[in-house]
Amino acid sequence: MSIVVIAIAALLSLAATFGAILGFASVRFKVEGNPLVDQIDGILPQTQCGQCGFPGCRPYAESIANGDDINKCPPGGETTIAALADLLGMEAKPLDEEHGETKDKRVAFIREEECIGCTKCIQACPVDAILGAAKQMHTVIAEECTGCDLCVEPCPVDCIDMLPISTTINDWRWERPSPPLSSTQTIIASDRQGTAAGDNTKPTDDGDQQAA
Amino acid sequence: MRKLWDFHGGIHPPENKHQSTQSSIRSIALPDTLVLPLNQHIGAAADPCVRVGDTVLKGQMIATAVGRISVAVHAPTSGTIAAIEEHPVPHPSGMSDNCIVLRSDGEDRWMELTFCADYKQLSAAEILSRVRQAGIAGMGGAGFPTEVKLHPPSNDKVNSLILNGAECEPYITADDLLMQERAKQIVKGMEIMAYVLEPEETLIGIEDNKPKAIAAMREAAANTRIEVIVVPTKYPSGGEKQLIRILTGREVPQGSIPADIGIMCQNVATAAAVYRAIRFGEPLISRITTVVGESVPRPGNYEVLLGTAMSFLLQQAGLPLAQDATAAAPVDITSHPRPNQGHCPAVTRLIMGGPMMGFTLPNASLPVIKTTNCLLAATPDEFPGPATEQACIRCGMCADVCPAELLPQQLFWYAKAEEFDKTEMYNLFDCIECGACSYVCPSHIPLVQYYRFAKDQIRAARIEQRKSDLSRARFEYRQQRLDREQQEKAAKRKARAESAAKAQAAKAASDQPEQAETTTMATTAKAGAGGAESKQYIIEAAVERAQQKHLQVEAESSKPPALEARDPEGPQNHEESRNLDELLDRVTKTKAKLEKLQDSLATSLATNGDQSNSPATEKLSNAVEKNKIRLAAAEQALAAAQATAPSTQQSKPA
Repeated sequence: MSIVVIAIAALLSLAATFGAILGFASVRFKVEGNPLVDQIDGILPQTQCGQCGFPGCRPYAESIANGDDINKCPPGGETTIAALADLLGMEAKPLDEEHGETKDKRVAFIREEECIGCTKCIQACPVDAILGAAKQMHTVIAEECTGCDLCVEPCPVDCIDMLPISTTINDWRWERPSPPLSSTQTIIASDRQGTAAGDNTKPTDDGDQQAA
Repeated sequence: MRKLWDFHGGIHPPENKHQSTQSSIRSIALPDTLVLPLNQHIGAAADPCVRVGDTVLKGQMIATAVGRISVAVHAPTSGTIAAIEEHPVPHPSGMSDNCIVLRSDGEDRWMELTFCADYKQLSAAEILSRVRQAGIAGMGGAGFPTEVKLHPPSNDKVNSLILNGAECEPYITADDLLMQERAKQIVKGMEIMAYVLEPEETLIGIEDNKPKAIAAMREAAANTRIEVIVVPTKYPSGGEKQLIRILTGREVPQGSIPADIGIMCQNVATAAAVYRAIRFGEPLISRITTVVGESVPRPGNYEVLLGTAMSFLLQQAGLPLAQDATAAAPVDITSHPRPNQGHCPAVTRLIMGGPMMGFTLPNASLPVIKTTNCLLAATPDEFPGPATEQACIRCGMCADVCPAELLPQQLFWYAKAEEFDKTEMYNLFDCIECGACSYVCPSHIPLVQYYRFAKDQIRAARIEQRKSDLSRARFEYRQQRLDREQQEKAAKRKARAESAAKAQAAKAASDQPEQAETTTMATTAKAGAGGAESKQYIIEAAVERAQQKHLQVEAESSKPPALEARDPEGPQNHEESRNLDELLDRVTKTKAKLEKLQDSLATSLATNGDQSNSPATEKLSNAVEKNKIRLAAAEQALAAAQATAPSTQQSKPA
C-alpha cells in the first residue's frame, strides 16, 4: 500500500516540478506573434497586389498559416509555390488560375503630359511608390514599384502604362548552359552513326548546333 | 632562398607565349575616334563632366568618379567630344553602356601636368587622392579601383605587399613585356605603394617561364628592399589567392580580402601606372595589350590608347578588317553561328582576355578598356567550337585540379538541378572561375558556365529578397499611417458629435463604438482568421478599410451594393451574372467618370473662358474624348453579353 502511495507521490512531485518548469519556460520564452506567418510572409513576393483576394501579402500569409491554399499568388508563381510547399511540408500545386497568371515583372509608368493630378493612383499604391500632389503631375519611383497594377484601374485618364523591365548591362545574368538537343548527341562519340571512331577528335556539326 | 609553398591542383595548358614575345612593345597610329565607356572598372560608373562639342586636351578628365568605389575617365588624346551615348562595350553580355565618344584632332596635345620629382614630399593621403584622380583601376583583369584597394580597413595593417607578375594565363604577355622594358617604372611604382602602406616586406612574384622579365626586374630591384621571387609555372598561380599561398603559405579566409590577413596584391602594370601618375601626373589613358592568335600577321604587344576600337588595333597588327570601325564588323563565332558578312574568314572568334578566363566578343567594333590585357583573334583550328556536353562520368579530375579545393562535381550537380542553396553549402562563392575544371573535364562539360549561372541566380535572388523586404516595410508603414489617420478622424468626428448635440451626447457616444463593434465582429466572422490579438486587429482594420473603399466605389457608381457579388460565399452561383454585372458596372463607372469630367471641363471653361486652350482644359477635353470612346466600347460589350444571356440578366439580384 505504502509503495503505491510513494509511487503516486513521486510521480505527482515529478509532474509538479516539470509542470512548473514548462510553465515558467512558456512565460519566459514566449514568442511574440506567429513565427510561421513571418516565414511565409518572407517567401511571398511582397507586391501587395491583392490578387490572392487578401488586402496584402501578410494577411494572405496569415491565411496560409491557418490552412488556406498556397497557390493563390500569381506574382510569385511556381517558385513561390515550391518554396511554400517546402516550408509547410505540402505538395506543390499548380497556380490557381482564378487569381490570374504569372506575368513578367513590370513597372508602372505615368505619361506625365496626360496626368491631371487627381491623386487617385497615389491612394491606390500599396507601397507609397507614387509621388505627387493634388493638381500636380505625379510620377512613379520605379525602384520602389512592385508592379502590382493597382494604380492602373483608378486612373480617370488612363495615363498609367505597365512597362516591362528591360535588362541592362548591370543586371544582365549568365544564362544556364543549354543542354544537348537530342539523345543522339549525348551518346558516346564512337557510337554516333556515320562517324568513324577515329574521327571524333574533330568538332562535329552537332557540337556547333548544340552551342547555339 | 625563400621557401615557397604550393597550392592545390592547377593545370599546365600549352603556354603559347612565344608568338607575342618576339618583338618589343609597339605603338600604333592615332585613331580618329575613341569610345570611352564610363564604366571600365568594378563599382559605380563615372559621371561625365564635359558636354558634347567641348574641346579637350590629352589627359584631361572627362568623367569624374562617383561615390567611394569608382574611378575617373580621361581623354586619351586631344580633340572634341562628339557624343555621349550608348555604345556596345566589351562585356560578356555584348550589351551597350554609356560611353563618351571623342573625335581626335590629330594634334595629341597634352594638358598641363603636375610633375613630382620626389614622392616622399607628398603625404600618403595626397598620393592616394592623386591615384584616384588619375583614374587607375587594377590592370590585371578585374579592374578594381586601385585607390580603394590601397586604403585597407583601418584595423588591417598590410605586412606584405605583393606585386603580381605571374601572368599564368596562356597567350598573354603584356605584363612580361612591361617587366622586360619598363622594370624601373614598376619598381618605382611599388616603392610609392610601399611608402603609402609601410609593409614589412615587398615581394614580386614572377613565373619561371619569363627569364628575361626576371632578369630585368632583378636588375631594377637591386639595392632596394624589393625581393623578386621566381615561382614555378602552373595555371592559375597568377590568381591573387593562389599567389599569396605560394609566396607566404597563408590562405585568405572565406568571405574576406587579403588585407584582412595583412597582405595586399597588386598587378605590375598597376604599379607602373601609379608611378606615372605620381611622377609625371599622367592619368591612365593607355595600356599594353597583347594582340595574338593565328590569324594575326604581326602578333605582339601594343601600347594602345584606351577607347581605341579593337578593329583598328587588329588592323594595325596586320589583320585585314573592314575599314569602318564604327560599323559593327561581325566576327563569325562558332558558338553563335551567324551569316558571315564578308569579314576576314580566318577569324572565328575574338576573345578579350586569355583562353581560360576571357570571353568571346560579338564583333570587333568594341573599344579597348582599362582591363583589356589581351585580344585573341583565333582561327577555327586554334579554337574549335565547344564539343558536345556529355554526361558526367564522376572521374573526379575536376576536384584534382581545383585550385580553390572545392568539389566541382557536387557544384555541377546542384547547379544543374538549380538547387542553389546546396551550391552555397559547397562554397560556390569561393570559386575563382579559373576554368581548370572545364579544361580537364573528359566529358566537355562547361562547368564554369554552370557556376556562373548559379552565382548570378543566387545574386539575383538576394537582390530580389532585399527589394521585397523594402516593399514589405513600406507597406507596413503605410498601413500604420492609414490606421493612425483613421483613428484621428474617428476621434475628431466623435468630438464634433459631442459638441454639436450636447443633449444627445451620451447616446451618440455610445452609438458609435457600438456600430464599430458590430462591423468588426462581422468582419472577424467573415475572415475567420485566428492568430494573436494584435495581428487580428491589423487584419480587421485592413478588411474594414477594404470594405469601406468598396462601399465608396459602389456609391460612386450609384449602384446598389448587392450587385457587387464579391463575397466569397457564392462566386460559382453568380459566375455568369457576374460577367454581366462587371460589364454593367464598367458602363456605369465610365458614365460617372465621363459626367464628372464633363462637369469639370464645363467649370474650367467657365472660369477661364478666354484662355480656353490652356493645357488643363486641353487635358480634360482629351480625357472626355477618351472616356466617351471607352463608354461606347463598354456599352457595346454589354449589349453583346446581354444578347447572348438574357435569362441570366433577368435572374440577376436587383
